[in-house]
Amino acid sequence: MKPAPFHYERPTTVAEAVAALAGGDGEREVKLLAGGQSLVPLLALRLARPATLVDLNRVEELRGIEVSGDHVRIGALTRHEVLHTDATVRSRLPLLATAAGHIGHRAIRTRGTIGGSLAHADPAAELPTGCLALGAELEIAGPAGRRTIPVGTLFDGPLSTTLPADELIVAVRVPVDMGRRPFGFAELTRRAGDFALVVASVTIAVDADGGCRAATVAVGGVGGSARLIGPAARALIGTRLADGAVDAAVAEVDRAIRPFDDLHASAEYRRAMAALMVRRAIGAARGAR
Amino acid sequence: MNEPTVHRWPIRCTVNGSVQHLLVEPRRTALDVLRDELGLTGAHAGCEHGVCGACTILFDGEPVRACLLFGVQLDGAAVTTVEGLAAADGTLHPLQESFSAHHGLQCGFCTPGMLLSALDLLAHNPIPTEAEVREGLGGNLCRCTGYQQLVDAVLDAARGGTYDCT
Repeated sequence: MKPAPFHYERPTTVAEAVAALAGGDGEREVKLLAGGQSLVPLLALRLARPATLVDLNRVEELRGIEVSGDHVRIGALTRHEVLHTDATVRSRLPLLATAAGHIGHRAIRTRGTIGGSLAHADPAAELPTGCLALGAELEIAGPAGRRTIPVGTLFDGPLSTTLPADELIVAVRVPVDMGRRPFGFAELTRRAGDFALVVASVTIAVDADGGCRAATVAVGGVGGSARLIGPAARALIGTRLADGAVDAAVAEVDRAIRPFDDLHASAEYRRAMAALMVRRAIGAARGAR
Repeated sequence: MNEPTVHRWPIRCTVNGSVQHLLVEPRRTALDVLRDELGLTGAHAGCEHGVCGACTILFDGEPVRACLLFGVQLDGAAVTTVEGLAAADGTLHPLQESFSAHHGLQCGFCTPGMLLSALDLLAHNPIPTEAEVREGLGGNLCRCTGYQQLVDAVLDAARGGTYDCT
């Protein structure tokens, strides 16, 4: 239960972190250490054995939460506990504040980070569905400079992302108007603080006459990656969110997901619970109109 | 396979109020550094992968799992372990008194982590409900399953005083 030896680097700028990442190749893996709440267990169990660990915790540029124009910019090193309690996040992005409060326990939330959670890409984590439902974008830094990608293009199967090994997440940008939408968040866990068996995040936008103008439905824990279910959102759009529309959206979720069996739950149970969590999340969003 | 050459990092940290200068190998966790380098064996090595909470310490005033932090990351930080709770003359902290009075410990393995999680809870929520106490201790496992007495101890401690994590 002790990590294997590794070379340790402690950059203080994003440029230094990118330079440290560039030292890796197929033989010598370089891993980024943010909150460490998922990575350090993998190191302790020696499921991960990187040659170099690049500790991001002294990179000031990765911190901070600010409203900038039409979006809220959240530094990748923002801790879950900050996301859960920060006044700007609670007022501007209450879905993310809610989702963050469901992560682990306080001693986990004080360390774990939003960038780390997204990069770890656990299909049952809370923040991926929240970021998907809010239409978040990621600021990425690498040797070729900066680029921005939709969060939906990040996830690539369990614990896998499309990010090349020489890039890192600098910040998460969430559109302010998405944060204003009525939302619902629902998850099923065996015990408080566990990873979710199934997790769902929903947003809706409603016209003055009560018609649903836009919606997003994201689910996790029922396949390799957290994902948006476009057909479920479309089943809500243009309706008045009556029970029949909710039934139709839930049916689309059922059609779209490929849940798996594991130690914690059967695929059949996950499928049934995905329907229930999405129904609850839509219900909460509908109630918050 | 070539193992990287061991390079030790110099760190300076404050542990239970006293300044420490150490040279640590990066792969060693904060838990190992506290226990093996400083002889502070109060934080317990339970699961060593972030599940059981027995190694909970306060890191710059916030609860963290010492097994998920590297010793080198203690550089510049102030740490409180269970050894820092009682007074220098051995007088127990009021929370420790309450644990004792309510039989909030049986084998004692989870106790250091429980105490620091409880202290953090009461520092942020001075009059918690029973449900809030249960949630506040939810990240700490008691292998004796003595949860009821633990909850009683924390609720009673809350009635008896005010707490902070500094």
